[in-house]
Amino acid sequence: MKRLAVLVAIFAGLGLLPLLVGSDFWLNAIMLALFSALIGQAWNIAGGYAGQFSFGHALFFGIGAYAVAVLQVDLGINPWLGMLVGGALGAGAGAALGWLTFRYGLRGSYFALVTLAFAEVFRILANSTPFTGAGEGILIKLNPHPAMLQFKALSGYYWLLLALTFACFLSVWWLERSRLGAQMLAVRDNEDAAAAVGVDAFAVKLKAMALSGLFMGLAGVFYTQRYLYLDPGLAFGPTQSVEALLVAIVGGIGTLFGPLLGAFALHLLGEAAQTALGDVPGANMVIYGTVLVVMVLFLPRGLASLGKAGLGKAGGRRQGLRRRKRRAKDA
Amino acid sequence: MPDMTILWPAILNGVTTGALYALIALGLTLIYGVLHIINFAHGALLMVGLYAVYFLWRFLGLDPYVSLLIVPPLMFALGYGLQRGLITRAGHGRDENILLVTLGLSIILENLALMAFSSDTQTVDTAYGFSTLDVLGAFVPVPKVVAFGGAVATALALWAFMARTDLGRAIRAVAKEKKGAQLVGIDVNHVYAMSFGIGIGVLGIAACLLMPSYYVNPSVGHGFVLIAFTIVVLGGMGSFVGALIGGVIIGVVEALGGLFLGASLGQIGIFAIFILILLFRPQGLLGRLQ
Amino acid sequence: MTNAKTGGIGRRRFLAGTAAATGLLAAPGLLRAAPEGIKIGLIHPVTGALSYSGTQCRAGAELAIADINAAGGIKSMGGAPLQAVLGDSQSKPSIGASETARAIEDGAIGIVAGYASSICLATSQEAAKTNTPHIVDVGVADSIMTRGLKNTFRFGPGYGKIARDAVTSLDAINKAAGSPAKTVVIVHEDSAFGTGTAKLLSAELPKYGFKILKVIAHPTPMRDFTNIALQVKAANPDIIIPANYYNEYVLFARTIRQQQIKPKAIYSVLGGAASSYKFVKDFPEAAEGVMDTNHWFNPKSDLALKRKKEAEAKGLYYTYEVYLTYNAVALLADAIERAGSTDHDKVIAALNASTWDKHGMPYGPTKMVDGQNTGAQPVNTQVQGGQIDVIRPAEFAQAQVKFPMA
Repeated sequence: MKRLAVLVAIFAGLGLLPLLVGSDFWLNAIMLALFSALIGQAWNIAGGYAGQFSFGHALFFGIGAYAVAVLQVDLGINPWLGMLVGGALGAGAGAALGWLTFRYGLRGSYFALVTLAFAEVFRILANSTPFTGAGEGILIKLNPHPAMLQFKALSGYYWLLLALTFACFLSVWWLERSRLGAQMLAVRDNEDAAAAVGVDAFAVKLKAMALSGLFMGLAGVFYTQRYLYLDPGLAFGPTQSVEALLVAIVGGIGTLFGPLLGAFALHLLGEAAQTALGDVPGANMVIYGTVLVVMVLFLPRGLASLGKAGLGKAGGRRQGLRRRKRRAKDA
Repeated sequence: MPDMTILWPAILNGVTTGALYALIALGLTLIYGVLHIINFAHGALLMVGLYAVYFLWRFLGLDPYVSLLIVPPLMFALGYGLQRGLITRAGHGRDENILLVTLGLSIILENLALMAFSSDTQTVDTAYGFSTLDVLGAFVPVPKVVAFGGAVATALALWAFMARTDLGRAIRAVAKEKKGAQLVGIDVNHVYAMSFGIGIGVLGIAACLLMPSYYVNPSVGHGFVLIAFTIVVLGGMGSFVGALIGGVIIGVVEALGGLFLGASLGQIGIFAIFILILLFRPQGLLGRLQ
Repeated sequence: MTNAKTGGIGRRRFLAGTAAATGLLAAPGLLRAAPEGIKIGLIHPVTGALSYSGTQCRAGAELAIADINAAGGIKSMGGAPLQAVLGDSQSKPSIGASETARAIEDGAIGIVAGYASSICLATSQEAAKTNTPHIVDVGVADSIMTRGLKNTFRFGPGYGKIARDAVTSLDAINKAAGSPAKTVVIVHEDSAFGTGTAKLLSAELPKYGFKILKVIAHPTPMRDFTNIALQVKAANPDIIIPANYYNEYVLFARTIRQQQIKPKAIYSVLGGAASSYKFVKDFPEAAEGVMDTNHWFNPKSDLALKRKKEAEAKGLYYTYEVYLTYNAVALLADAIERAGSTDHDKVIAALNASTWDKHGMPYGPTKMVDGQNTGAQPVNTQVQGGQIDVIRPAEFAQAQVKFPMA
């Protein structure tokens, strides 16, 4: 319960920000971080809790993004409904990809590479089919009205994003306390052992992928409505895949607050590097990359390991790690 | 319907282009096969090699093929140092950390190049750059013929090295059974660093053979990373001959896909093969390095 | 780095340098200490996939600001100097929007952005929220200008105009030579600019009796062009029309030579390298005779030649990014000058009423319709004897068209 209280307090605090922050730039910067937290947490469900490292989460992002765009532009369907469809398709794609790959027993780097390949296949398809606008992309008509899921003021987008992110974090909070969550951890730490004690590893991994895909798809819907333009590279390119796993790993995988910490830390770092050296192209990114490497050197378990006592979920994760280490030694 | 008269030159082109891809994948398959890590910095390191070749040509007038004597050893040293000094230390034995380190490394390298050399695309101009050989009515650019020969020679040399030398045997032992290798007194960290070094050194060879028919800019590596991974998986992780065959297959599939579906949609053939292989024969065509 | 580093440009640049040197972050308090000027947000993709063009754009904008300040700043506002607020979109629309917001908060009263069409869509939309005047520097997609954003202006032509002019010019060139060319192959990159251009060309060319044998799309980056060259060779067209970016253009041109393909003309539309000094310098033989329909300065304008010399003195290639962005900034400065104010509505009104002609471009005075400068047009160039010469329209031409290519 304490963790729930912390979670609610953080999001309530974040919810007040548009009323306190007068600056569109800062509100926007916080939104970019929140967005990263959302996709990071979505990735974390599959990657952190169920141990299925994906390099291709852009697949679900792109499917959600294109769903709302195509429904709106080609069929005139309201984007609020499109949001539901986008989320559902994201979840469905997660389950379908999981079904296909887990059925054939793909694990580890093989799974990672196959997700990457699927994202590429969809990028190529989106580039070649007329209903997605092909290479020209798809442009949503500017119509800033809440009924059209577009907002005149930035705060409208902010609250929409915050609600989606909160839903995602709440799901993970629930997951940590649920039977499914425990099963996911068991599968992550040792799939064969989990199966031996009667866990249906296949079903558990499938559910993890579906939940992960759901929130990634919703993130895609948000992106479309916020920027009103999509092309295949934006939707299915590696950017979102990399950002999602980066945020989660930096923050600490398999932890509730990790993706939030990771997202804000990385964006703060990006901002600081930009302010200090932004006028020399590339310099800010060098700093960014260097800090990333240095952080891995000294904080191998992510930022969440710093505040373990207060925030991280100690038990399951630590035990898992010990088991993993033992396995690593044996290997 | 594509014109059938270009089928032969298209296949021939696929073979030579595929050999170039294979050259880039050879280093990756060694690293993957021995260290079991996904090296995201492979593309960025290729870029470093290409710049080395370019600057040797521009400031010392060295032909890219002469640079074969200089660039691969330098790249080997870079690879050895990176593995020993950074990747092992930062990895802490965790996959996700190695991922982050190689990702961070690629961000650093690419943007250092952007700062130092700007984003201008650079090319080398050689006497043979535009020359072609007539192979049964198909024009094959000379640099590609050389690259094809280089790829075959490099793959065979690596294979012989693994089979015949003490270090090769040690590398195979570590790849197969790390703990056992340790017990019989093999310095695993040294073997890891040597493997990474050799892998990057081979990438240096690829850079020398690629430069005459391509270009370099800070983000040039992006275009090759995914295809190199595809070849590694197709050939079987750790298999050099597999990488060579895989490269040629991918090259031909790309050529035929481009012919029948267009260059954009034709890329889908590569990924379809990739996915099918992963699903149905994840050990690759020629199995593992064991 | 090829950026202009002239004085008076960047408070942020100066401070950033100081901060880097001392290892400190520039504190917000420090930022306010610089003298007041009129701030213009320059949002360009100086890192990421588009960094070459983004850097060129930024350099052009900085040249314009330096020139305007050297000539006494904005005179109607007491000689207030222009100040750049630099932003890096990292080649991503979302970051472009964020950097636009940053620049506006940093006090920018106008935005010049963002090179790629997808980024321009995001930056103009963001600037529209505060009704901040936004000049599109390059972005050629017509959809940028047709969304009804009152703050958004474009000095250069969109690809609709460019493609239509390309077709009528090709027709005129062909007819003047006795109509030797009848067939065409289009080779285009597969993102928004190439696909959009190819679509327009495919619709227009048949109206003038050209037969389109093949339309070949390719991704960016494209590793090898042999396959495409073979298809072109098999189709054996009279004219090859490439529409792609620099790197791909160079590889394609090389491969055409290797495969010994000799069309009557290579006639690019927004060709990535066809009218690039770098390409002509690096590959003079492959470039010889190539025609292009593209942005270009007026070679008969002393103003344009003076600016070109200035840019080249700084080690810049005088590319379309440089002069289009230069003019985007100068157009905005002219509007501020006439408005005598930095009030958004007044500057937008001044832009709408703009009849500016000090651009050194082959355009008439600016004439804005829904934000688009309808006076803007592309020209045809051809590489002749290692020089890039304007060959059409006649009033700007430096050389005669050489068609068919020898």
